[in-house]
Amino acid sequence: MTAEQQLDLPEDPVSTGAPPQVDNLDALESEAIHIFREVAGEFDRPVILFSGGKDSTVLAHLAIKAFRPAAVPFPLLHVDTGHNFDEVIAFRDRLVAKHDLRLVVASVQDYIDDGRLTERPDGIRNPLQTTPLLDGITENKFDAVFGGGRRDEERARAKERIFSLRNAFGQWDPRRQRPELWNLYNGRHRPGEHVRVFPLSNWTELDIWRYIQREKIELPDIYYAHRREVYQRDGMWLTSGPWGGARDGETVEEKIVRYRTVGDGSCTGAVESEAYTVDDVIAEVAASRLTERGATRADDRMSEAAMEDRKREGYF
Amino acid sequence: MTETTTRTAPDSGAEVVLPVHTDLLRLATAGSVDDGKSTLVGRLLHDTKSVLADQLDAVHRASADRGLQTPDLSLLVDGLRAEREQGITIDVAYRYFATPKRTFVLADTPGHVQYTRNTVTGASTAQLAILLVDARKGVIEQTRRHAAVLALLGVPQLVLAVNKIDMVDYGGAIYERIAAEFAGHARALGYADDDVVTIPVSALHGDNVVERSERTPWYSGPALLEHLETVPVAPDPFDAPFRMPVQYVIRPRTAELPDYRGYAGQVSAGVIAQGDEVVVLPAGIRTRVSQVDTPDGPVPRAAAGRSVTLLLEDDVDLSRGDLIAAADSAPRVTDELDATVCWLAEKPLQPGARVLVKHGTRTVQAMVTELSARFDEQELASVDTPDALQLNEIGRVQLRTAEPLPVDEYAESRRTGSFLVIDPADGTTLAAGLIGLPLAPLAAAVAS
Repeated sequence: MTAEQQLDLPEDPVSTGAPPQVDNLDALESEAIHIFREVAGEFDRPVILFSGGKDSTVLAHLAIKAFRPAAVPFPLLHVDTGHNFDEVIAFRDRLVAKHDLRLVVASVQDYIDDGRLTERPDGIRNPLQTTPLLDGITENKFDAVFGGGRRDEERARAKERIFSLRNAFGQWDPRRQRPELWNLYNGRHRPGEHVRVFPLSNWTELDIWRYIQREKIELPDIYYAHRREVYQRDGMWLTSGPWGGARDGETVEEKIVRYRTVGDGSCTGAVESEAYTVDDVIAEVAASRLTERGATRADDRMSEAAMEDRKREGYF
Repeated sequence: MTETTTRTAPDSGAEVVLPVHTDLLRLATAGSVDDGKSTLVGRLLHDTKSVLADQLDAVHRASADRGLQTPDLSLLVDGLRAEREQGITIDVAYRYFATPKRTFVLADTPGHVQYTRNTVTGASTAQLAILLVDARKGVIEQTRRHAAVLALLGVPQLVLAVNKIDMVDYGGAIYERIAAEFAGHARALGYADDDVVTIPVSALHGDNVVERSERTPWYSGPALLEHLETVPVAPDPFDAPFRMPVQYVIRPRTAELPDYRGYAGQVSAGVIAQGDEVVVLPAGIRTRVSQVDTPDGPVPRAAAGRSVTLLLEDDVDLSRGDLIAAADSAPRVTDELDATVCWLAEKPLQPGARVLVKHGTRTVQAMVTELSARFDEQELASVDTPDALQLNEIGRVQLRTAEPLPVDEYAESRRTGSFLVIDPADGTTLAAGLIGLPLAPLAAAVAS
């Protein structure tokens, strides 16, 4: 029963016609907006961690909605691995320009060039993001860092609070998390500490896609089916780029693929798909027998606790 | 209110039922160590097909590595390294599953006594709680403790899952005895009989979890999932008087909108409409709402749960921390709080302590002026007056705040009746605070 029916109020002529609050997406949107406004009210220097992927794009969309008609009162931070998909960087720059957002970039390539970081033998740069991320937070004195993490993604993330205190080294200690009661978020922290904030905690992959559909949110094209040259490694379809290409014994083939997550090109795999539209993607996600990370992220496969270990180090 | 559409997924050929409008049930689990909570949650996820093939493969691999012959479903949910090593759940985790009828957010809480604070965390937002007992042990001290915490936090619906019913040869008499004993305890805590449902289950074998079991012919009630899908969800309090804590003042200061000044917040109770008379607290200024704005544009009215931006007729001094309330039914404004607290910190609570109180969007300095009672954690009834309140203890305190707060009783409003107690030195959350005495048994205990 909707609130309108309960109160026997006439039909609402102005709103979109969606039932107030009964819809799961309305509840999730309201909760996320509430979280954005809490952080804007309580912290001095928040920032949104932005990768150009679907979750951080939804995050940016919600931030814009939370403060409308005023501008978003904080910048975006992109930790650039140097191994991005061209389509994603183009999309990032388009989004920033369209909504007059501020963008801060922390570059992994700079760290490798001047010797502060060393390329891993496997060429995967995702784990290398932690140092530039933490330096970027320290240098800019960011005290609240929004991330697009969802608790349905991975079982270590299922333990994550919406407000997650990190020490001066950016570390997460799952045993010392603050209890999170009602919708009262405790953002107190000492100098040097910061709080990671996850407004999408209660969203699932399907919720994200249904919201993208409802709000008509633009995404990088690579989320939809397209023809691409790929080669298979460890059961994933990878594509050539600045991170290298097919090795001996790996053959390049042309396939119709799309991406379920967008990360570092060296470890993000494509899935074979003919989902050309948002509607197609929703049907595909609903029917999929693989999680997005299990299907397409090599870095989560390193050990049984790969995500937990990286979070303890300061990664998201 | 659920509709579904059916469409065929590309390539799979499978019919997929896509939820269109589903409602959301927030639930929590509670129960003692080793009663099989993780296995039950794993079973719910598994049997509702919320577990995907790669997750299941990982569980099969990890179970085999441990020398187990059947997959251990608790490995689906115990996410931390230490949890898997020790075979116990340490911290509250959140799970998501959906059926065509409903979407579920489940707070899965650990059972150890030292983690009672996680039960408080899960219970604070839950509309329903599943309390597990082991059929071989029945209602134990920890069951009574958890039921008391759930009652205190105002969780409207309880399910007692009598687990491991296979271990007592599916014995109906054992189940009946446990159900009757628990019903008596729940009644003493203030629950109506209709709000408590008892179900015999075997999480290990899946009896009465998603499907009704043929091995419990003496049980005529619903399977657990069936109950979760159909139990009426207590809605946000639409019919309560309007309340909205102000989170943030939105002032674009642009050429097109030089004078826009909106007060952003989430409606915590009631309904607000354009033209309604409101009062701004604690200042007590009366004015009217000139516009109810939302991220999608103005609406005539908005109900509890919705994030909105209110524009007011008069140019009043208003900022984060203030509360906008219905003018004809405003909360009382006070700098003396009489409250029940669940103490969540290692450091004990002592009278005279200086703390911070976070109520709504306002954080104020406060002093604990009196610790007047400690409640028995199983019955919430017997009382003594200790020198200090220890971790996981529940007591009655008086607090004096540096600034007045607009408050409701917790029994009337979970939002405007609740607060956090915070350590001013390091920011630790020390306690969950509930204004007033939310339960009849508590009031009786204090009066006696």
